[in-house]
Amino acid sequence: MKNLFSLTVVSGILNTMVSLATPFLYAALGETIAQSSGVVNLGVDGVMLLSAFAAFYVALTTGSLWLGLLAAAIVGLLMGLLMSFVSVTLKAEQGVSGIGLYMFGLGMSSLLFKILIGTVKTVKGFPPVVIPLLGDIPIVGPILFRNSLPVYGAFLLVPLVWWLLEKTTLGLRIKSVGQNPAAADSLGISVDRIRYLSVCLGSTLAGIAGASLSICLLNLFQDDLTAGQGFIAVALVYFGGWNPVGVMGGALLFSVVNSMQLWMQVLGVKIPSSVAVMLPYLLTIAALTITVNRMRQPAALNKPFERGEN
Amino acid sequence: MAGVIVALAIGAIMLVVLKADPIAAYAALVRGAVGTRFGLTQTLVKATPLLLVGLGICIAFRANVINIGGEGQIIAGALMAAWFPLTFSSWPGWLLIPATMIAGFLAGSAWGFVPGILKARLRVNEILSTIMMNSIALQLMNLLLQGPLMDPEGVKARTFLAQSAQLPAQVWLPRLVPRTLLHAGAIVAVVLAVVVYIFLWRTTIGYNIRAVGLNPNASRYSGINVPTYQALSLTLAGGFAGLAGVLEVIGVQHRLLEGLTSGYGFTGIVAALLGSLHPLGLIPASILFGGLLVGADTMQRAVQVPSSLVVALLGLVVLFVSGSALWSRKWAARQRRIEDA
Repeated sequence: MKNLFSLTVVSGILNTMVSLATPFLYAALGETIAQSSGVVNLGVDGVMLLSAFAAFYVALTTGSLWLGLLAAAIVGLLMGLLMSFVSVTLKAEQGVSGIGLYMFGLGMSSLLFKILIGTVKTVKGFPPVVIPLLGDIPIVGPILFRNSLPVYGAFLLVPLVWWLLEKTTLGLRIKSVGQNPAAADSLGISVDRIRYLSVCLGSTLAGIAGASLSICLLNLFQDDLTAGQGFIAVALVYFGGWNPVGVMGGALLFSVVNSMQLWMQVLGVKIPSSVAVMLPYLLTIAALTITVNRMRQPAALNKPFERGEN
Repeated sequence: MAGVIVALAIGAIMLVVLKADPIAAYAALVRGAVGTRFGLTQTLVKATPLLLVGLGICIAFRANVINIGGEGQIIAGALMAAWFPLTFSSWPGWLLIPATMIAGFLAGSAWGFVPGILKARLRVNEILSTIMMNSIALQLMNLLLQGPLMDPEGVKARTFLAQSAQLPAQVWLPRLVPRTLLHAGAIVAVVLAVVVYIFLWRTTIGYNIRAVGLNPNASRYSGINVPTYQALSLTLAGGFAGLAGVLEVIGVQHRLLEGLTSGYGFTGIVAALLGSLHPLGLIPASILFGGLLVGADTMQRAVQVPSSLVVALLGLVVLFVSGSALWSRKWAARQRRIEDA
């Protein structure tokens, strides 16, 4: 058995961590936008599943990964519209409508997969792109600068979402709608329109998260491909305190535990695989418990807005 | 009801797009659910866990606590239902059956208590914690089925199937119809539906649970300890889901095996919503969804339309039903105004 803390293994763990964090980053950063506007989209996992299928199917039939990515984004957008309609216009209880969206995505992706593809196939996913000079740095280079484009994109999204929420008028509006929709409404901001926009943007990113699984990291599709990663992404938003940098910290922490778990199994460390698989979920509950008191939760989170009621 | 019909209509359109015959598919679905004696009893067999999980969901949702942890709570109950009779296999049936049910109820309660107390004392979001508890329970079951609970026969025969040994026969629930899987647990579930109805509408604790859900602030001012009732409702919800797991083990399978929950934890939410979160409304709702699940399998076999269609349709039902709450509220308010005038 190799030493778990040898240089090769540690850099291997970190390299896997960067890959594993990618779908979490897209999904959780998208959810951060949605939740900042006051809407919890609990259906992220369903969006990821159906988009992952769409990306895979389009990539498989057309041979174009970029078209696959586009298809995933469109599916994410459409499911975001559905979620907004039910949760914003019809003012549904968001925890419940999100579960509906999840079940729809779960069932629909499995149905389409069985009818249109049938057996497990693979595609050639996004190839790694070595960044000149930086990619040649020993140890750090292979970990950070020899990844595929969607992986770079996920990490670039962190400052981008931070900038959107903290430095733009739109971001200010999103947050005001999440904090005090009645006040925002009285200032002439359309609460519903901002929430639609935020949920759809978040859901589109969840779609890209799904695509990053099926045509970038795993390069295949099967039933329940995400295995609940979308739910963990929602938890990461709470963990990260609705702050993109905090969310990234959560995604990396979560991924490094998962990556160590995978490497321990590869190296034959004697712990039952079910215990190893259980670890990230235990970690999530622990993380939620520890971080809960320093939360600056958007005040109107999970509350439908109706003029004259709030 | 309208939600189900609209969902079925959308399903038909999807089938046409996918070049499958919707009429043949739905005919197979109905035939499977109610067309034969066995199909009809299977519908009731599947309605039983849905009813029990749904009763728990009713209690939790009435307290405005969203319990997504049905799957994990079913597993907790099922694990107990395998371990308890195998350990106390010398007990007579009249003692072992109720003892196993109570033990399983408590195991499910424990699985609901953890997110419940985390919510009550530390304000941890119960939606997320119950989902995490589902995954933990699933892995715990895998761990035990590959270790201490694994069938010794399977070890001897070197098949290593992930299932427990068969339970002692005195703990098997009596079958209501010969040569079918319909067991006495169905009656237990219906009786409990009445009990939960009385509990929620005729006892102080039940009244407080509903008050906490309707208006937490007013409840607080009137001296109700809101967090305690939230934790209690989630604990009870876990207990009923746990009992659903027990009945699957001692009523249907007679052992613990993988995939036992069959998504009842989620479908139970759909049934509870469609039953308007009312214990008695839940009885027809769970029979309807039990039939949908049974029919889906027949549809898959007969016309090769994957049964996952039904999962997608259930998702649409949840979206429609949760979305229509606003309109029914507005409609009720208008009715009141008309009556006042």
